[in-house]
Amino acid sequence: MLETKLDLVVVGGGPAGIAAASKACELGMKVGLVENREVLGGIPLQCVHTGFGVHVFGEDLTGPEFVYRLIDRLQRADVGLFLKSHVHSIELKAFDEKIVTVLSPKGVQRLYAKAVVFSTGARERTAFEIGVTGERPDGVYTAGEAQTLMDLYGLMPGRRVVIIGSGDVGLIMARRFALEGAEVKAVIEVLPYPGGSMRNVVSCLRDFGIPLYLSHRVVSIRGGKRVEKVVVAKVDEEMRPVPGTEFEVECDTVVVAAGLRPNVELLEKMGAALDPATGGPVVNETLETTVPGVFAAGNALVINDLVDYAVEQGERAAEGAHEFVSNRSGSVAWKRVVKGRNVRLIVPHYVSGERDVVFYARVKSPERRVFFELLGSDLKLYQQGVRPSEMIRLRAPSSAISNLGDRLVFQVRPLE
Amino acid sequence: MKLKVAVIGAGVVGASIARVLSMYENFDVVLLDREPDVGWGASKANTSVIHPGHEEDPGEHPVRARLCVEGNRLWRKWVEELDIPARWPGELMLFYSEEEAQRAARYVELARLNGVPGVRMVWEEVKQIEPWVNPGAVGAVYAPTAGLVSPFEAVAAIVENAVENGVRLLAETEVRGVRVSGGEVCGVETSRGFVEADLVVNAAGLHADRVSHMAGVELDFRIKPRRGEYLLFDENVHVKPRMILHPVPTPVTKGVYAVTTVHGNLMLGPTADDLPEEEKDNLSTTEEGLSRVMEEGSRLLREVPPRDRVIRFFAGLRPEPPRGEWLIKAYDDPWGFVNVAGIRSPGLTAAPAIAGYVLELIAGEYDVRLSRKPSWNPYRVGVTSVRGKSPEEVDQLVKANPDYGAIVCRCRLVSKAEIVETVERMRRIGLERVTVDGVKFRTTAGTGWCQGQFCRWGIALIISQATGTPLHEVTVKRAGYGVGDVKVLLRGGSSC
Ligand SMILES: Cc1cc2nc3c(=O)[nH]c(=O)nc-3n(C[C@H](O)[C@H](O)[C@H](O)COP(=O)(O)OP(=O)(O)OC[C@H]3O[C@@H](n4cnc5c(N)ncnc54)[C@H](O)[C@@H]3O)c2cc1C
Repeated sequence: MLETKLDLVVVGGGPAGIAAASKACELGMKVGLVENREVLGGIPLQCVHTGFGVHVFGEDLTGPEFVYRLIDRLQRADVGLFLKSHVHSIELKAFDEKIVTVLSPKGVQRLYAKAVVFSTGARERTAFEIGVTGERPDGVYTAGEAQTLMDLYGLMPGRRVVIIGSGDVGLIMARRFALEGAEVKAVIEVLPYPGGSMRNVVSCLRDFGIPLYLSHRVVSIRGGKRVEKVVVAKVDEEMRPVPGTEFEVECDTVVVAAGLRPNVELLEKMGAALDPATGGPVVNETLETTVPGVFAAGNALVINDLVDYAVEQGERAAEGAHEFVSNRSGSVAWKRVVKGRNVRLIVPHYVSGERDVVFYARVKSPERRVFFELLGSDLKLYQQGVRPSEMIRLRAPSSAISNLGDRLVFQVRPLE
Repeated sequence: MKLKVAVIGAGVVGASIARVLSMYENFDVVLLDREPDVGWGASKANTSVIHPGHEEDPGEHPVRARLCVEGNRLWRKWVEELDIPARWPGELMLFYSEEEAQRAARYVELARLNGVPGVRMVWEEVKQIEPWVNPGAVGAVYAPTAGLVSPFEAVAAIVENAVENGVRLLAETEVRGVRVSGGEVCGVETSRGFVEADLVVNAAGLHADRVSHMAGVELDFRIKPRRGEYLLFDENVHVKPRMILHPVPTPVTKGVYAVTTVHGNLMLGPTADDLPEEEKDNLSTTEEGLSRVMEEGSRLLREVPPRDRVIRFFAGLRPEPPRGEWLIKAYDDPWGFVNVAGIRSPGLTAAPAIAGYVLELIAGEYDVRLSRKPSWNPYRVGVTSVRGKSPEEVDQLVKANPDYGAIVCRCRLVSKAEIVETVERMRRIGLERVTVDGVKFRTTAGTGWCQGQFCRWGIALIISQATGTPLHEVTVKRAGYGVGDVKVLLRGGSSC
């Protein structure tokens, strides 16, 4: 069995993982990057639309272009690549000793590392998870699967499409299908407002004349061999279908774009504490999970709207891992980050007050003209409007944090 | 002269009959099914329990009671011979009051009458025997011989073995008529033409009533679909009862079960809803049914995981005959027609025993002097899987075949080598259409928490390469994976 000694193993070669591996290498660490597929890049590889890299590169790139730039940076660093490699298990030998067992067509390898960065991305919620009942005919795809089929394998999933979910993913898939000549019959959204950005609502739906049904839910799917129709109903405030409001939409394809969940199965097995609000691990300001020396970044940490944030988190985790490996980052009296008014989630969960921290947060419900602020400090960010689907990013200087108590409360406050 | 036998229906019953007949020189067997694969009827979607036989009343259903107990015994041998995933944890029929305990006591008596070993009442101990039991239960009838199999994999394994022993499988072949001439059957009319046969065995599950009518017998016999809905939880939820849990049965149903499947998922179900006779394809799930399952599941278990840990729901249809009576009979007129119809629960359990019973029936009724095939091979070995192996063992596998190191299904840890071999085996049993679902049910690839979102195309690509089918034409279950090539379609080319 092959054995390799490393400082850091990065699990998952999407944007966060590539960024983490590059950064760690630049910091002088010996790094291995493990990726399931035979290519690096993760989800952006299958995203032929633009919207990537506005912050990181100051340019609006397509997914593959963006990935290409990241890989360029990676190639200048000396990272050990383990492609077509599946992480079978991670054993915690000691505080700073981890054994990552990897399966690949070359055989089983043991990677010995002091630290691990988890950047395994997310998975999509399925029709079952969102409670769509009915028959189980062919023609139901998650958005990611449909996108992979179209853009990596040139396969057209179907011609008359209903999309469940109006997040950016759902909107972009609606346009993607329309551009390839499919008839997108409807986008169905359970919330009273669109999940994605207004820009996408306009450029993906309105420009193509695709109807959007807000406060509606696909209750069931019908069809013998292939999907024949979906049954849609209006929902009440508690998102329950209102009897009598059902109508049918004929289609041959259902695309489920109902949101993502961090891919944390391995973390869970290692005993890392998870935050029910993010679905990802509980982390401190270095993005270290509750398992010492194990860090998380990208969508495995929290579902991001922008790839740029995933890259930023990757770098942050790499810095954290570097610190962990070099000085075994001492014991810290962490301050807890607490969710105040209209805050649904916030990451990281613990901070020291000794350095600047970037916070990522989402609100519970939309509001206009608000401040996102840290209670008891002058740190506040004015927002014209906030919505659950738009992540708030806030950089807090250590000066704003250090003299607060052991609880940092973030809240959304209306201007008035 | 060999007797040509056409077995209609490759469910667990038809497949078992085919296997048992393949032991003898006397028969030349074709096994027909209308689906692209075997085992897609009631045999795929059920509770997967190998019942001990203490719930069968020998006064009411003597044959059913006897074959259930015998089937339970035979399965132990069959799962060994055929390498079928199975466990034998025993079951607890929970009761919640003294009054219910009295009703439950009857099953100990039935066990005694049927010769089921080890059935007894347990009281407070029930919570030690099975820590996941709901504290509201005051005791249980414990039946140690209950088991669990993977029912679809069982059918697939039985058919592989039967084919190895000379049975011919014709999938996607629907029987539309039984040809009778001079009072004897002479074959079946199918969607693919005429298939000659001296004996026709009707094991068509839900549709066995129609097939019987085709032969002109039992014209009043009607099978009704009774739907059962299930929930399957993520393998990673910690609620995993070791034993099979269920309530005291009512006249309509055995009630909702809680089991940890042989693949390690908590499964709750089924409901029992009678559907109109014409809805024999209605495998819909309903919100109402699923909430009922959750509710009843929480009566059995100390804790039920939240709904968002459910990875799949599905439904099965019980072929419900009048009065629950199995119709197993060999006819004089037309000579050579055999009904094995209305095989509702515990049909999975009894299947191997039913097969033996049908053999005796055929031998007796049609005067066949049975002679064993010396070359008959009782064994079939499953595909070697990566899951459950130590890294060292996997390393050895990869050295021999690098595809064992290419993980296609990440949730269930299924390698490319397993999928490639499964595709080969499916073709070897005679399936012309290798479906993604057929591979999925055989290998478990795509049955994990992500439900195939990361591996469906990987499986489809392997099928596409192995069979020379364009990717979009690869069948998922019954329809193509896609409708054509993106650019060809956009330029106005035709879809498939
Ligand atoms: C919800 C539910 C739970 C159950 N739980 C259990 C349990 O825990 N334990 C147990 O022992 N039993 C259980 N059962 C019962 C058990 O599943 C059935 O008794 C058993 O599977 C019947 O097998 P079969 O081969 O007769 O039918 P099927 O599996 O339905 O097979 C019939 C086959 O015939 C084919 N066919 C039909 N018509 C034609 C035609 N015209 N031409 C060609 N092919 C045709 C069909 O495609 C099908 O493959 C359960 C059943 C259900 C539905």
